[in-house]
Amino acid sequence: MKAYINEISYYLPDKVLTNEDLIKKFPEWTTEKVNSKLGIKQRHIASENETSGDMAIKAAEKLFELKSIDKDSVDFILFCTQSPDYFLPTTACIIQSKLGLRKNIGALHFNLGCSGYIYGLSIAKGLISAGIAKNILFLTSETYSRYIHVEDKVNLSIFGDAATATLISTDGFAEIGDFELGTDGNGWDNLIVKTGCAKFPKNLNSFDIDESGNLRSSDHLYMNGSNVFNFTLATIPDLIKSLIIKTKLQNNQINFFVFHQANKFMLDTLRKLCRIPEEKFYVDMEDVGNTVSSTIPIALKRLKQKNNLNKGNNIILAGFGVGLSWGACVMKIK
Amino acid sequence: MELKEFTVNFMDQFEDSDREKIESKTVFKDLDSWDSLTTMLVIAMIKTEYNFDITADEIRSCNTVEELFNFINK
Repeated sequence: MKAYINEISYYLPDKVLTNEDLIKKFPEWTTEKVNSKLGIKQRHIASENETSGDMAIKAAEKLFELKSIDKDSVDFILFCTQSPDYFLPTTACIIQSKLGLRKNIGALHFNLGCSGYIYGLSIAKGLISAGIAKNILFLTSETYSRYIHVEDKVNLSIFGDAATATLISTDGFAEIGDFELGTDGNGWDNLIVKTGCAKFPKNLNSFDIDESGNLRSSDHLYMNGSNVFNFTLATIPDLIKSLIIKTKLQNNQINFFVFHQANKFMLDTLRKLCRIPEEKFYVDMEDVGNTVSSTIPIALKRLKQKNNLNKGNNIILAGFGVGLSWGACVMKIK
Repeated sequence: MELKEFTVNFMDQFEDSDREKIESKTVFKDLDSWDSLTTMLVIAMIKTEYNFDITADEIRSCNTVEELFNFINK
């Protein structure tokens, strides 16, 4: 049984943090840096009482309205987040209840970030191919804003909150094809929130600046940008090459590439290294920032709305980041 | 690869206000706009223009633009 992306919708929280807001707070930060180098003008931030579960529900409700989808047809919930509502139970169960979905369905949440959308598609494809589910509600939702230190101007500039809902089904506009996945746990501490879980349950209150100038708080999101950057440069070009070989397609048969929208200069560098022509490389993050596992579905939705995706077009999606984790897949437009 | 061209490529990764201050003998870590983001922009430039993999630590082990140029050239 083939698996298809049937429809995508997304939800952006109302509150917006603009570059002007950031520069007021950090006068040494410039619009040149944030706008032209990072490629971000603004990012949406979840309100104080708005959790990743709340946002995922809003994205799902938008999806149901879009296509007048019968909620009762959903037979599996897949939820990707690194900022769940509770340690337990899984937020996916709460989502089943709040959306009023059937009870004889599966629901689980998995913890991945920027590679999350690719992994979710791989799980969904497996469930459909095995005949375990037919209409999967795949949700991504993240509130990294909650993890970021108030003085961390780099991460405050990069990350935005958002949620997406994708219906993966036995029919749709894009057939989900082959995958290539990768993991390197040696890079575990390059993007981390150290405390609050089993290893370090209490705040450590440790705060310094690392050798690269990154703010490093044990109790907040820490990202060693240059290590993460070097990892993507070393890994992603080969990932794309391997996937294309696996699909037995020629390079020129790939019509679009939608990468995880991390930041503009990383995407520019990756595009050049992967030798992808500009017109095939979709970048769309100026008004939302890096929304972690939501960047790819938001970009894919916008690509579909803005371009004539023709029958037979091949699109490669690639996600990479925290873990370290990465993956890519190809889809064919029906 | 020429030092002059490398210095121009290097300069382009900095804020306008610092660009005019940069020459081959400049101790780049002393510049106002040297930070974690600029380090990554320099890594990106060196990779795409010179096809050379360099880490943040290696960049920091060099003091001047000329030393960085020599590091890549060796």
